[in-house]
Amino acid sequence: MLSVDLLSNALVAGLLLGGFYAAVSIGLAISFGQLDIVNIAHPAFTVVGSYIAWILNSHFGLDPVLVGVLVCPLFFLVGMAVYRVYYAAFERTGQESLSGLAFFFGLMFILEVGLMLVYGVDYRLVSASYIGASVNLGPVGLPLRLVVPFVAALLVSGGIWLYLSRTFTGRAILAVAQDPLALQLMGADPVRVKQFAFGLAIATTSIAGSLLIVIGPVEPSIGRDYIGRVFAIVVLGGMGSISGAFAAALILGVVESLVSTFAGPSWAPAVSFGVLLLTLAVRPAGLFGRR
Amino acid sequence: MKLRLSAFWLCVTATVVAGLVLTEVLHNDYYFNALYVILQGTLMAVAWNILGGFTGYVNFGSAAFFAVGAYTSIFLDKYFGHVLPLPVLIATAAAVCALIGLGVGYLSLRLKGVYFSIATLAMAIVFATLISNWRYIGGARGAYILTPDTYLWFHSYIQMLFMVMLLLTLAAVAISRALVSSRLGRGLAAIRDDEVAAECSGVPTLRLKLVSTTVMGALMGVAGAPYPFFVTFVDPASAFSLFVAVNAIAMPMIGGTAHWIGPVVGALLVGSIQQVITVTVSSELNILLVGVMLILFITLAPQGIVGLARKYLARRGR
Repeated sequence: MLSVDLLSNALVAGLLLGGFYAAVSIGLAISFGQLDIVNIAHPAFTVVGSYIAWILNSHFGLDPVLVGVLVCPLFFLVGMAVYRVYYAAFERTGQESLSGLAFFFGLMFILEVGLMLVYGVDYRLVSASYIGASVNLGPVGLPLRLVVPFVAALLVSGGIWLYLSRTFTGRAILAVAQDPLALQLMGADPVRVKQFAFGLAIATTSIAGSLLIVIGPVEPSIGRDYIGRVFAIVVLGGMGSISGAFAAALILGVVESLVSTFAGPSWAPAVSFGVLLLTLAVRPAGLFGRR
Repeated sequence: MKLRLSAFWLCVTATVVAGLVLTEVLHNDYYFNALYVILQGTLMAVAWNILGGFTGYVNFGSAAFFAVGAYTSIFLDKYFGHVLPLPVLIATAAAVCALIGLGVGYLSLRLKGVYFSIATLAMAIVFATLISNWRYIGGARGAYILTPDTYLWFHSYIQMLFMVMLLLTLAAVAISRALVSSRLGRGLAAIRDDEVAAECSGVPTLRLKLVSTTVMGALMGVAGAPYPFFVTFVDPASAFSLFVAVNAIAMPMIGGTAHWIGPVVGALLVGSIQQVITVTVSSELNILLVGVMLILFITLAPQGIVGLARKYLARRGR
């Protein structure tokens, strides 16, 4: 029973969802794709962002997406601090592969359990005028709680892309990814550039987190479902390419939406990991990779 | 060398005897519950270290092996109508998980370092999804299992499970020790230090990695096989719990990954602290504690407790 209505709704929902996935993955495309920092705690930071949006929304009635933007500088500083620790403990001594991984694994765990201890395991949600409303385009319904994150994600990804390709510091970030030594010879400090870039990567999770809680209720361990998605997107997008990550996010969103519409939502979590495993095994350079 | 060998086996025998004495002396089942959990953690830590510590490949999917081991028991127990003895279940779980381990080993052919770790994480979720959708063994709702009412000469079922776990853990420690002190262990260490250089010097890296992942998988399956009988109710959320995976990584890292005794030390220490805190404070706090200890140790003492002890001994010897 393949009805056109169902199919087109699933496709549109998948595209919108994919846009949101891009917002969660863009930061990782910088930290993992460009800087080679395997930040598995990235989705956990996103969930922390969701909780901040929830707290400010439920106490002061602030718009969640606005909160996400306002909290960005704070996340930026946190990201820089995390990078300092990471650099001092692992990168400088060349132990980032094993210990660095375990470090972020532990960090993810602490963030998740910390939220659980303070706020419990209940689902939290925010209220805003656009949540629950939807626009109909013929037979296809466009729920605004998906449209708003999609637009926000488009803005964030576009902004990051412009920043990396047009500005001086943005190009320095791309340069440090390619050849830190050459950057050093040009008189720039690769560690400071990486610190800045990692701060930027974590800053995006504040916005992504606020979008996450707009899309649906959030509980502390929801971040785990996103680990596979974000890594699948970054790898599929060709490691560090912003436009590649955006395209990969749309693809994953559509595939996931189709699977959950036609095979059942309980199969959806396996999609991203299946895509990830396939990409890693068949084409590790990703769809848009240069190598 | 000969003396050290016999000293090791003396310790093993002493531990078994101590365990047997404990089952005669202690009658409060709570202690055996706690000891079982600690031993299960030790077994997982020792297994993780065979790949993570000796070979340098970080496995985030420990929970998948553990859960597959547990669900193998559930499936067999249900399929054959609760008649199969525990050793058969454990052996089958070991075989199934060894096969999965072998598959993961082939994965390492293409995926190095970070990519391998992410792939193991992915594998855990794929298995969790498969099992959640498999109705026969309970699906997402979980499965109940009946504990048999025969338990050899022990006073309760948990005492017997404890003894089984003790023997399994000691066997795992012996295997891990034999691995690392053999020619094979030196090959694994060469892979950990520089895989390309090892390959160039004629170390059969693929074969060694396959041995290492297979043994790891089998041991983790063994750790999971008695689990359904221990908790009597298993659902995907508890079997694939992140806690299992974090413990399996944190314990060896805290104890020290380079030496076979490291994961044992780490697991006994962390496991005991967890038990004490669960009883005295809260079970959430002990989960948080593992994360904090893991981060503190890898940033401040990357060689773990064994490394600290070695440094101390070296300084005193001078």
